[in-house]
Parts: sequence; structure tokens; C-alpha cells
Amino acid sequence: MPFNILVAACVAYVICLFLVAWVVERRADRGQIGWLRSPLVYTLSLSIYCTAWTFYGAVGYAARSGLEFLTIYLGPTLVFIGWWWILRKLVRIGRQQRVTSIADLISSRFGKSNLLGVIVTVIAVVAATPYIALQLQSVTQSFGAFASPTQDGFAPPDTESTAIWVAAGLALFTIIFGTRNLDAKEQHHGIVIAIAVEAVVKLVALVGVGVFVVWGLADGPADIIARIDASDIADWDLQPGRWAGLIFVSAAAVICLPRMFQVMVVENGDERHLFTAAWAFPLYLFAMSLFIVPIAVVGLERLPSSANPDMFVLTLPLAEGQGTLAMLAFLGGFSSATSMVIVESIALATMVSNHIVMPIWLRLRPSQAVSGDVRRLVLLSRRFSIAAVLGLGYAYYRMSGGSTALAAIGLIAFAGVAQFLPAMLFGIFWRGATRVGAALGLSVGFGVWAYTLFLPSFGPNAVIPAMVFVNGPFDIDWLRPRALLGVDSMDPLIHSLFWSLVLNTATFLLGSLLTFPGPVERMQSAAFVRVFDAAASGPRGWSRGMAEPEELLVMAQRILGDDDALLFFEAEARGQGKLGYLPDPTPEFMARLERRLAGSVGAATAHAMISQLAGRAMVTVEDLMAVASESAQIMEYSARLESQQSELTRTARALRDANEKLMQLSVQKDAFLSQISHELRTPMTSIRAFSEILTEGDLPPDMVTNYGRIIHDEAKRLTRLLDDLLDLSVLENGSVQLNLGLTNLGEMIDRALAAASNTKPERSFLIHRDLPMENIFLRTDADRLVQVFINLISNARKYCDAATPELKITVRQRAGRVTIDVIDNGSGIPSVSQGIIFEKFARLTDQTRAGGAGLGLAICREVMANLGGTITYLPGQGGAAFRVSLPLRLEREAA
Amino acid sequence: MTARVLLIEDEPNICEAIRFILSRDGCDVTTLCDGTGMAEAMRKGMPDLVILDLMLPGMSGMEILAQLRADPATHALPVMMLTAKGQGRDREAAERAGVNMFMTKPFSNDDIRAAVRHLTAR
Amino acid sequence: MARFRAPLFVQPAHYRLRRRRDAARLLPVVGAFLFLLPILWAPAQSFRRDTAPDGIFLFVAWGGLIALALITARSLSAPGAPTDRDPEDEAEAAFDADHGDNS
Repeated sequence: MPFNILVAACVAYVICLFLVAWVVERRADRGQIGWLRSPLVYTLSLSIYCTAWTFYGAVGYAARSGLEFLTIYLGPTLVFIGWWWILRKLVRIGRQQRVTSIADLISSRFGKSNLLGVIVTVIAVVAATPYIALQLQSVTQSFGAFASPTQDGFAPPDTESTAIWVAAGLALFTIIFGTRNLDAKEQHHGIVIAIAVEAVVKLVALVGVGVFVVWGLADGPADIIARIDASDIADWDLQPGRWAGLIFVSAAAVICLPRMFQVMVVENGDERHLFTAAWAFPLYLFAMSLFIVPIAVVGLERLPSSANPDMFVLTLPLAEGQGTLAMLAFLGGFSSATSMVIVESIALATMVSNHIVMPIWLRLRPSQAVSGDVRRLVLLSRRFSIAAVLGLGYAYYRMSGGSTALAAIGLIAFAGVAQFLPAMLFGIFWRGATRVGAALGLSVGFGVWAYTLFLPSFGPNAVIPAMVFVNGPFDIDWLRPRALLGVDSMDPLIHSLFWSLVLNTATFLLGSLLTFPGPVERMQSAAFVRVFDAAASGPRGWSRGMAEPEELLVMAQRILGDDDALLFFEAEARGQGKLGYLPDPTPEFMARLERRLAGSVGAATAHAMISQLAGRAMVTVEDLMAVASESAQIMEYSARLESQQSELTRTARALRDANEKLMQLSVQKDAFLSQISHELRTPMTSIRAFSEILTEGDLPPDMVTNYGRIIHDEAKRLTRLLDDLLDLSVLENGSVQLNLGLTNLGEMIDRALAAASNTKPERSFLIHRDLPMENIFLRTDADRLVQVFINLISNARKYCDAATPELKITVRQRAGRVTIDVIDNGSGIPSVSQGIIFEKFARLTDQTRAGGAGLGLAICREVMANLGGTITYLPGQGGAAFRVSLPLRLEREAA
Repeated sequence: MTARVLLIEDEPNICEAIRFILSRDGCDVTTLCDGTGMAEAMRKGMPDLVILDLMLPGMSGMEILAQLRADPATHALPVMMLTAKGQGRDREAAERAGVNMFMTKPFSNDDIRAAVRHLTAR
Repeated sequence: MARFRAPLFVQPAHYRLRRRRDAARLLPVVGAFLFLLPILWAPAQSFRRDTAPDGIFLFVAWGGLIALALITARSLSAPGAPTDRDPEDEAEAAFDADHGDNS
């Protein structure tokens, strides 16, 4: 198979996975999760346990050590069929405490200790390194095994550059896949589905190869058994220590591996999925293991002795000319490696960013950070962590030489993560486990593991000088890495596992017994160990036992919030002289706590809760009634607060508006006063000048008469102006008295025409009217309406500039309203001025003035507003055109 | 000698009053009701004094004043400004624009006679 | 302080439920026993060809455990069966609740 086709197949496969994940995330974003969160998908996602180690390494393991490979799958089987013990509790705790990783679980259990978070993260990263190296090695080997036989296509590059390309590709893929967005719950729907798809691919591939081997190359099960009996591994060399130890370490690993924790606890969408996974996951392991021995036996039989047994799954179909099957096997192995690397590095990146980068960053920048900032930082730190984790994996691959058996590398990682087991198990089952104990146990276990297994795995003289292996460090014989305390008869793996876990557990227990937990720790220990009690709905869970300070604190935190509750308890403890511990539940303390809680939830509720905790009394119906009415009151109160709040907002807005209006009014008032001054002074100027002229005497009589008439006209004009001003002020204040009555519209127009004929009586107008339409009765204030008509007609008489002036009055009636249009045939009002003609003193031109002060239309507008109608200018009517619209029947309490 | 006065005022009655007062005082008064006819009136004979109303239709008194002050021929021509608004702001603006006298309506006939005499006595 | 008093006898349905939980708890113990059994007959010291028979034994035991796990999980997840402990269970199930501190 040409190398470039292999690469193309891998890339195409990865793109398919990416599309699957992308589509699923899109659906999840729209809330369409549905079947994506089924027990089947959960079970398949757990199959991330089966990595390239299983896919390729198990056959090699079987070819080397017979049935021992089964231990790796029997351990997890025990854990899953025993789900009632541990998994159920872990998943419940994970969901209740919103745990985001195994580091978060342990740090959160021991009082949210960040130190523990860092320790666990470091151990996890170091332990994952060989495991990731294993994946790189297997993919590299599979490329080598698959691509080497043919000469066409470009030649496969050497293994080292293949490995680095694989590492870089996986890093890129994981970064694109896993850090596209940030979810508080750290759930990745798309990735879970992609993993599930990969689970199916690797199962189908391995079973496919197995079926081909059993029924294609051999003659069915009976023949296979015969071949097993005839093979090199017919006599199973069981080593009891390794057998039991490996079952144990794989059982520990299945709950401690960061990626297993990620899919099992963090990504768990529904606790009830465990009911299915409890049997379905062991079944998956069963199916994956069933054909391992047959493949190993037939591979040993048929392939040259130089062939790497780790690659039998791939090389056996290839040697038999089954190209398609080999391709499937290749993709299955590729699946196993990629899914492991993706989830492992995402889980590790989450831990690194949450427990190492973020705390450091928060310490360095104590100022209030913008959330977008943090988001970018978290994503960036995760991307770097993913790259770093893969880089470490590659470095380990290079240092260890890339030739070790896959299973041996994997077991180093298993033993490493198994160090979490004491802290985790004691943490969820024993209230007495403390932070100091956990930190000591983890550190000691990690140190022993690193010294006895991890560092030696690089080979003699790589990290630890060969002399140390023989004589011990500084010639201290009992400190030899492979023979602590002179125990040199053990298998190195079991030796390391034994010492690391024994010392880990011992220091953990000792540390826990000798130290006293802080308040948060005790509270968390209660929350973890009694996770099912707390979840037992309602107050029933509290009815057991006497009130313990932890329980009181848990309850107070739920009600008052974490910080407030803690402060209160600390103050109380100080009062009792128990600095640093929780206060004793003395009656005084209980009473004060009850009062404090009452401030938040109401007195009855607080009393009922405390009573429950103190075990003094059962909740009575009266209590419940009081609680109910209290909660109703609280809800009502908060609703009232809310409405007050919105009312305040409204008032503030109204005030702001009013202020703006006042400012405008102030400006308007100045302009108005200036106008008034002008309008008053102008006639007064004439009056004063002419009266002085008359006083001076010696004028011809006709001039006396003429000047006397001017004084009279100007005085009238002054009076009219003052009348208009008063009228306008009354109308604007809304304090106008309306005389409502039924009046014929036609009669009103008659009156208006008669009155307006005084204006420029010298001009004769041609009046067009629609008398039948005018014959309607309006319920309105007739005098006021006539005033409006007079104004409009007078304006037309004054300003219409046509040679033969005409005036058209049309009436229309629609939906309880009457519309009267008054249109002349003059040049009309220029459009720029149309907006201001209804403003006070908006006289457009003084050339043809007839003593108006420019208040007429302003008054008309106010009159119409008082009559429940409007007056508007109609543009484009071939002249000045005004439309008066008012209700047929004005309904207002008759004045 | 008779002083020639150009009066620009849109209110016909005030126009008539001032014309009458100044004519009786021996002035030759030409009246205009807005600024449009000014140039022509100037051509007929350069006035000794221009009396301007502040609020005029079309071109305002201030604009006419600015025009006069911009033209070298009329640069030094005495100008009296009349206004019915009587706000200090207007007076300051007019004085800045170079008006020689600012008079608020209503005025007494003696005041206007005295002002004209003062401005035309040269 | 009022300790919870467990009733002397519980309803048959509850009794059945508790026995199913016992089965679920017991299952890994059985599994561990079966998986460690090969150590007892010490294949390393025998010169029989025991890979095939022992493998068959392990796979059969494995399949049996899976079947039992299926049955117990199904019966525990049947509708109506509460997933959490009820108070009546408390009296019996003292395994996973540690009362160490001061109760």
C-alpha cells in the first residue's frame, strides 16, 4: 500500500470525524441532544479505555505472555460490574459538585485545595507521557508495517519523522476539536460522539480481523484451540503476583485515568446511563479480547519470527493479501490512538489550565479581569497544554527508543495514575481523610513510582546511572530502584506498584489520622461521603443523627452563600475559643444561626430547618404552612422590589425627559418673550409717535383725522394681540371652558365666512362649498370651531396671492370623524416653512400683514387639540390648504 | 443744508411717523420697506444717514449694516438702528457691527430728532 | 436527639429491592474470586497445555458476570425502583456511610 494513500486515508478519516463532531455540536447548540446522550453512546465513549495498546499491543502481549493480557480488561470489568460501589458514587459526586476533572475532584474533596490540584495535575501529565508515547509508537509502527512492502508512491519517511508528523497532526486535530469553545461543565458533545464512532470502528476492525483469522485462516473454534495447544504459548506461565497485581492496577486505572474520568464522570449526561454501561462496557471489553489469542497464535504460526507481534493485527491480513481488511485494521488502530490522544490531552489541558495556569494568572493579576480576557487565556493555555502534552509524549518516545513492547509502556502509565486511588477512594468513603494526608500520600506514591518505574523505563544511564541500579544511590543498597528494602525477587512493575501504593496509602492514612481538617474540608468531606444523603430529597436527609457543625455549615452555605456562611461560622468559632475549627452546636449558637438564616429565608423556615438538623422535632403541618406563606411573602416582596426598581427607572427617565423639556422650554420662553416684546412695542411705537405729533399741534385737519385713525388702529391691534395671548395661554393650559352643544356645520361655516369678510373687505373671493355635505350636526364647541374657521378664511383672504382668488371648502365624514379642508388657489406655503406655521409668531412674510401677530394658527392648533381634533397643512393642493379634523361627537363632561 | 435720510422700516405706520417727524425738522427722507431697494436709492443720492429697523423681511437690519460697512463708499456712513425687541444682546451685536446709534422702540419724537441732528451735524 | 428507628420488617417489595442491591454489591466480589481462581491451580507449575482451557474458563466466567450484571442493573433500573437509598435501607446498609467522626 503506498504511503501517500495511507496518509490520505487517515486525513479523510479525521475529516469525517471532524464533520461528525461539528454537526453534533451544532445540534447540541440548538438544544437537540436527544439520542446523542443515550446510554449506548455513553458506553461507546467509555471504550476510549481501549487504545492502540489494546488494538495492537494486546496481541503482542498475548504472543509474549499468554493470557496475562486479559488482566487489563478483567480489572475494569470488576469495577463496572461493581458499579454500585464506586462508579455510582463518583458519578453522583461529579454531577453534584460539578467536577471538571480528576484533579478537581481530589482538590475539591480536600477543601478545594489548589496544592492538591497541582500535585494531581503534575502526576497525571507525567503518567500520561508514556501512554501518549505508546500511541505515537503504535501509529508510527503501523505506518511502517503497512507502507514498507511496496515501492510505488513516495517512500515512507523514517520512523522518527513519521512520529513527529503524527504528533503534530494529532495536536492540531485536538486543538481544533477540543478547544473550539469553552463550556463551564467541560462537556464536549461533539467529541463524545466522535469517540463513539471511533469505538465502533475499532471494534468492527478487531472483530473483523479475528473472524478472518478464526474462520478464514483456521477452520473454526475447534481448530483454533488445537492450534493454541500446538503453539509456543500453549503452556500459560501464570505469575500470581503479576496476575493479581495487574487486575488491581487496571481496575484502579479505569477510574483514575484522566481521560476515563473525563468520559465517565464529566461527560456523563445522565446517571442512569451507568445501569447500561455496567454490563455493556464489560461486554465491549469481552468482544475486544475474544480474538486476541487466536490472532496471536496464528500470527506466531504464519509470520516470520522477526515480525513484531505488536503489529500482527495489521501484518497478518496484509501477509494473507487481504488489503481491505488490513486497511480496516489500520484505521481501527488509528482510531484507537487518535481517540485516546484527543480525550487524554483535552482532560489534561483542562487540568493544567484550571489548576496551574489560572491560579498563577489570578495571583499575578489581582485586578478585576474582563471575562473575555480570561476566556481567551483559558483557551490559549489549553491549546498550549495540548501541544505540550503531545510534545512530552514525543520526547518520551524518542528517549525510550520506540522499540519497547506497547503493553510494557502502558503499564507504566497505569501504575502512575493508580497513585490517585487512595486519595480518591478514601476521599469518597472516609470522612477522616484530610488534605495533608492526601498531599503526602500522593507525593510519596508519585516519588516512589517515578524512582522505581518511570525513570528506569528510559533505560540504564538515561536518567538514572546504571550504577544506581546495581548498588543503589550513594551505594545505599536498600535504595536500589528495582529492589527497595532489598526486595529483589519481585517483577519490576509489581515491585514498583507494591511499594508506591503501600507507602502512598500508609502516609495518606498516617497524615489523615494525625492532622485536623479545616472547616471547608470537613464540609466537603460531608458533602462527598454522604452524597446520597444530601440528595435524598426534602428535609428527610437531615433527620438522621444530631446536628453536626458540618451539616449546619452545608445548609448555611446553601442559604447564605459560601463566603458569608463561612465568615459567620468562623466568627462563632472564635467566640467559642475554637479558632480554625467549626463551632460546637451549642444552643446559643443554634439560636444565632437560626436568626441569621431567618433573615434570608424567613423565621419559620429557619426554625424548621434548624429543628430538623437538631433532631428536636418533626416538621409539623403548621410549620409547613408557615414556610409556605413565608416563601409566598418573600416572593411577593421581591416582586415588589422589582416593580419598585422598574418604577424608579421609569421615574428617572421621566425626570430626565422633563429636564430636557424644561431646558427647551426655557429657550422657547426667551424667544417667546422677545417676540412678545417686539409685537407689543411695534404698535406702541406708532401710537406714541403719532400722539406726540398730534400734541405738537398746527396740523391740517385731514392729517389729524388720518393720524387719529392710525392711533386707533394700532390700539385695536394691541388689544387683539393681548386677547390672543390670553386665549392661547388658556388653551395651552387646558383650562379652557368648552361649551359643548349640537350645531350644524354649515351654519358655522356661514358665520365664519361672514366674520372673515371684514378682513381685506376690498378683495372678493369666489367661494366653493359643498352644502349637502355640510349639513351635519356636530357635538362640539361651536364658537371655538368658528374661531378656527375664521382664522383659516382670514388667512386665505390676507395671503392668497392669486389674481382671482378662490376658496374651496370641502367636508368629508368618516368613522365618527369630520374632515374639513380649506383650500385657496394662491401660491401656498413653501415646503420649508410648512413645519413651523403652527408655531407662535410664525409669520412668514410681513408684506401683506393685516395686523396679525402670528398667533392665529397657533391658537387654531390649540383649539383643535381641545376639541379632540387636529389641524394640519396639506401640501400639494395647488394653494394653501388646511385640513381640520375633529370627532363628530365630542364626549367630554359638558361644561 | 438739508440732511438726506434713508429710512428702511417695514412697519408702514412707523415709517410714516418718522418720515413726518424728520421732514418737519427739515430733512429729506426717503423710505423703503426692505433692503432690496437700497442700492438704487443710494445711486440717486448718497444719504447723510441711514435709519435701519433691526427686524426686516428678507434681509435683516444687521445684514444690511454689514453690507454698508463692507462697501468703501458707505464705510463711514452714519447708521442708526431701531429695534422693537430691545434686548441687550441685540444692542451689543449691533454696536460690534459698527452702528452709530441704537434706539429702542417706542421712542419719543424729541429723541429721534436729537439723534438725527447729532448724526448729521458735520 | 431522635435516632431513626428502623422498622422491624419491611414490605416485600422493599425487601426484594434490597436483596437486588445486595446482589449488585456482591457481584464484583464474585468476579474477583472467579478471576483470581486460576492462581489456585497454579498453571505455572503444571506442564499441561492450559492456555486454551483456562482461557475458555475465563471467558465463560466473564460472560457469566456480564449476564449477571445485565440482570441486576436491569432490575435496579426498572421503573419505580428508586436509585438512591431510602431511609429504611439506612439501618442495614452501613457500608458506605462512615460514621467515624462523632456519631
